[in-house]
Amino acid sequence: MGSVTTSHDMGLHEEQLAGRTQQMYFSATAEENFTYPWSYEVDYANSAEFDAADLSISEINLKIRELMKSGHGSITVLNPRAKHSLGVGILNRLNLTFEGSLGYFGCGLIDGPNVHITGRVGWSCAENMMAGTVVIEKNAGSLFGAAIRGGDLVCRGQAGARVGIDQKGGTIIVGDSVGAFTGFMMQRGRMIILGDAGDNLGDSMYDGTIYVAGKIASLGVDCVETELTDLDKKYLKGKLELYAMQAPNGIDSMVKLTSGKQLWNYDNLEPTEKKLVL
Amino acid sequence: MTELSINHFLEGDGVDTEREKIIGQHIGYRYDVNLVPDMDRCTPFLTKYMKIMGWSDLNWLEDVHMGYEEGRPAVFDRNINGWVTIPEDIDLPDNQQDRDMIARELLVKFQMATGHPMVDLRKAYEKFS
Repeated sequence: MGSVTTSHDMGLHEEQLAGRTQQMYFSATAEENFTYPWSYEVDYANSAEFDAADLSISEINLKIRELMKSGHGSITVLNPRAKHSLGVGILNRLNLTFEGSLGYFGCGLIDGPNVHITGRVGWSCAENMMAGTVVIEKNAGSLFGAAIRGGDLVCRGQAGARVGIDQKGGTIIVGDSVGAFTGFMMQRGRMIILGDAGDNLGDSMYDGTIYVAGKIASLGVDCVETELTDLDKKYLKGKLELYAMQAPNGIDSMVKLTSGKQLWNYDNLEPTEKKLVL
Repeated sequence: MTELSINHFLEGDGVDTEREKIIGQHIGYRYDVNLVPDMDRCTPFLTKYMKIMGWSDLNWLEDVHMGYEEGRPAVFDRNINGWVTIPEDIDLPDNQQDRDMIARELLVKFQMATGHPMVDLRKAYEKFS
């Protein structure tokens, strides 16, 4: 565990930072590693399950960590009973199943695991997710995939408002309808909505792509329809097949939405600011 | 973005429009962030990586592209919040899809290497061991 003096002892404060680019070169011939150096060695064939009914949130999360440490690659948690913040901060390859529903902030900050939730999830499921897959069999609350950065986040049912708010990467798939302000301030990544979308879809989106199969109540500021390309169709087909999902009226009828880039005007202020300074 | 030459940001600084000339820098990304991957171009290394992770597609690597920073091909490593330069001895293909696959492969190799900066940063700052 690091301490206040550890970073100084390691000399991490001596290097002077300069410029924006870190001139690091790959060693492309280096030994092939497919997992982080600090990750636990787990075997998917080595499975375990435990009953979480009488355990606290911390106890459940620590139990998952202990099982990973001992090499278990497939873990099933029984009776999660909609407790909050379960399955968070897992930076490992792992097959994790929750037999039941999760409360708020489930599976946040994960980097690598494949999570299956047989029930529902509350607010902000998989917020800040980095990599891996999360599949929810039923409905999801608001802020589904808030600030997600990577990986696949799938809800087979409906999701609430502000799905993928501040999305910075990854793919969010919702099998049914989504609420208002979905894709609000989206920055990149992809969202696939197979049902209807609520008001102000993609409001103030800076970049990224939203695909919708159903009806759209209204578009938000700077969210515009663009051409669905053959590459998009190929991508959608592959992605939906992965999760045994399909667009109700076919992929060809889906609508593709991107940023109109009319809000990309902050740079206009820079010359003015420079003049003021000078 | 699609109408630009594949080497646009290697041959120039990307300061093209009047607005960019006024502020002296390129506006926006130097690659198409919305370009979805063509899985037919996946490399054997990436296929092996996907299998080990238990994924059927590129997962988080879908958002990794070869970018162009300061006139050099590079890939952005979110774990160090910086650009990492592509070695000069790697020949660049003539299309962005294949370049993206190279960037993804090299980024995985870099991030998973024992010499990655995150290894030392974790030693220094990690809260849980």
